[in-house]
Amino acid sequence: MSERIREKLQILTDAAKYDVSCSSSGSSRKNKNKGLGDTGNGICHTYTEDGRCVSLLKILFTNVCIFDCAYCVTRKSNDIKRVAFTVQEVVDLTLNFYRRNYIEGLFLSSGIFKDADHTMERLVRVAKKLRKEHNFNGYIHLKSIPGASDELMHEAGLYADRLSINIEIPTESGLKLLAPDKDHKEMFRPMNYLKNEIILKKEEKKLFRKAPLFTPAGQSSQMIIGAAKESDKDIMYTAAKLYTGFNLKRVYYSGYVPVSNDRRLPGLGSAVPMVRENRLYQTDWLMRFYGFGVKELLNDANPHLDLDIDPKLSWALRNLSCFPMDINKVSLHEILRVPGIGMQSAHKIVAARKFQKLNWDHLKKIGVAINRAKYFITCGSRQFESRDLSAMKIKQFILGGSASKYLKIAQQQLSLF
Amino acid sequence: MGVFIYDSTWTGFLSTIFEIFERRVRPVNITTVGRYMPDVFAQPLHVTTDEVKAERVLAGIAKKISAPAVRKLYACFLSELPGIENTLYAYIRLVFAMKESPERAYADPDVLRVSQVDKMVHREKHRMEAFVRFQLTSDDLYYAAVEPDYNVLPLILNHFKRRYADQRWLIYDLRRDYGIYYDLKTVEEVTLSFNDKSTGSEPSIPLFHEEEALYQALWKDYFKHVNIKERKNDKLHLQHVPKRYWKNLTEKFNLLMW
Repeated sequence: MSERIREKLQILTDAAKYDVSCSSSGSSRKNKNKGLGDTGNGICHTYTEDGRCVSLLKILFTNVCIFDCAYCVTRKSNDIKRVAFTVQEVVDLTLNFYRRNYIEGLFLSSGIFKDADHTMERLVRVAKKLRKEHNFNGYIHLKSIPGASDELMHEAGLYADRLSINIEIPTESGLKLLAPDKDHKEMFRPMNYLKNEIILKKEEKKLFRKAPLFTPAGQSSQMIIGAAKESDKDIMYTAAKLYTGFNLKRVYYSGYVPVSNDRRLPGLGSAVPMVRENRLYQTDWLMRFYGFGVKELLNDANPHLDLDIDPKLSWALRNLSCFPMDINKVSLHEILRVPGIGMQSAHKIVAARKFQKLNWDHLKKIGVAINRAKYFITCGSRQFESRDLSAMKIKQFILGGSASKYLKIAQQQLSLF
Repeated sequence: MGVFIYDSTWTGFLSTIFEIFERRVRPVNITTVGRYMPDVFAQPLHVTTDEVKAERVLAGIAKKISAPAVRKLYACFLSELPGIENTLYAYIRLVFAMKESPERAYADPDVLRVSQVDKMVHREKHRMEAFVRFQLTSDDLYYAAVEPDYNVLPLILNHFKRRYADQRWLIYDLRRDYGIYYDLKTVEEVTLSFNDKSTGSEPSIPLFHEEEALYQALWKDYFKHVNIKERKNDKLHLQHVPKRYWKNLTEKFNLLMW
């Protein structure tokens, strides 16, 4: 018995791990009547050896699938062992992991067995059982299955904290090539339904405090990076569309890990584009928190992100006319655009300059990366970068002064010889 | 210099502040009974812990600065870092000296230090909320051992009380030798006597619930299989899960063998 469940868990974890989302924040489910669990800001309970956060029990319900998407391990044509959990097994695993403080909740996805409605119904049943029978208030993230009925999606929204549909390939043409059974329109339909439903339920909640929660942590999606030959611009424009068009809370970017010898894809053994993935996340953050428009960061003249330097620095170098800024005068919004100054430092600067003029020492102690910021700001000190440097020169100085963490690895290996 | 020695409790520390202000001594050095190094020239004063005086100091501070800023001072105190009392004293002097609250004057070294130590303590608090690993014993108690860098049990208590409201649990700080125990109603501070030899020949190995071994095995399976080998990144892994925590983590260590 125990060997059976262990095998299932191993197989269905292996199949689910390429879904990078593991966030457990954004919901505010309270523990009612001495039940089990609550949700808050989210906690990463451990980290895998690849350095990714483990916050949820992330598994597939089954890896039986009728689709044949080239980039996916569970594709129909792949010769692997197929297994399925029962509803009770998933419930028991979730509760027992949760009670031991291993996880924040459950992230349940599934291969499409039979059809969309059958699959969705099974996922909803797990969530319903946890909420209704076990008074479980931990985090539940369910996958929305494209093509599932509105009734099922509605029910899912009542029990889940987050729902997600993965766009997978940023361009329609890429998707047609790699996953002929899928198309974006079918993914956008449930996304749109949920978006409207969430807005509606939020309005209700304002009027009636007791109205039930509906997908309080919103929707998310994921794109695979480097499987089709898309540009960074394609990816980020699609992401921007998802954020503004469907109110998505998060878009995840997952560097393609080779899983097949299909000729349409990068071959087995090719490297996972991790630096590119990192730059895309940085761009995503600049869009969502730093007030950048996607067109400022990526456009027809610059369809790709610079892998050597971060996207904010790269924007600043293209727009040297905006600098230097006087750190003691400009608004928070402008401070956020300075390379080397992050969210927290920016807020600290704005708070601290009310008490006194800030100089380089203060900025350094507050946590500003002076090596990058010094080319773009002036402050309460007499010395500042007075040379009229070109963008190319600044980039060289910055790269010369600090090796990127990715470069460091390469250098370490070289110095062995 | 006035040397003040207190009993290393929060109330004791606040009483010390009261004494310092009342005696108008400057400069001062505040230290605990355990840390005090006898000095030929100093005339140390042993402060008597006094709830009323402590309450007055705290109320005075709370009137001048925001509630989150008061909590920061408490968090800093829990860091138990050598000399943190003197930083806190300097901060409190500043609070009473200035018209408006200095809590956001980050260019001041003491204010910045308080904000940084608070961050360190809260990082440890957050880690403990993440790294506590309960093991179910045969009498249905969820037990976890921890060894946090700072004394954070008072800070994580409410989190666990809210979350695990329907199970009995005990989180024990092995380093400071005390724990917090929830009996389905309230949380209490407890001290255990491990390996109590006076009770005779009975081994002191706790008996685990029959299902415990299976769930630890399942968690280890999960931890291993959710990893993507092609993306191996030991540096990042160690940065997030430093080695000093491993011995109390189910996925990193065999907890059942002890």
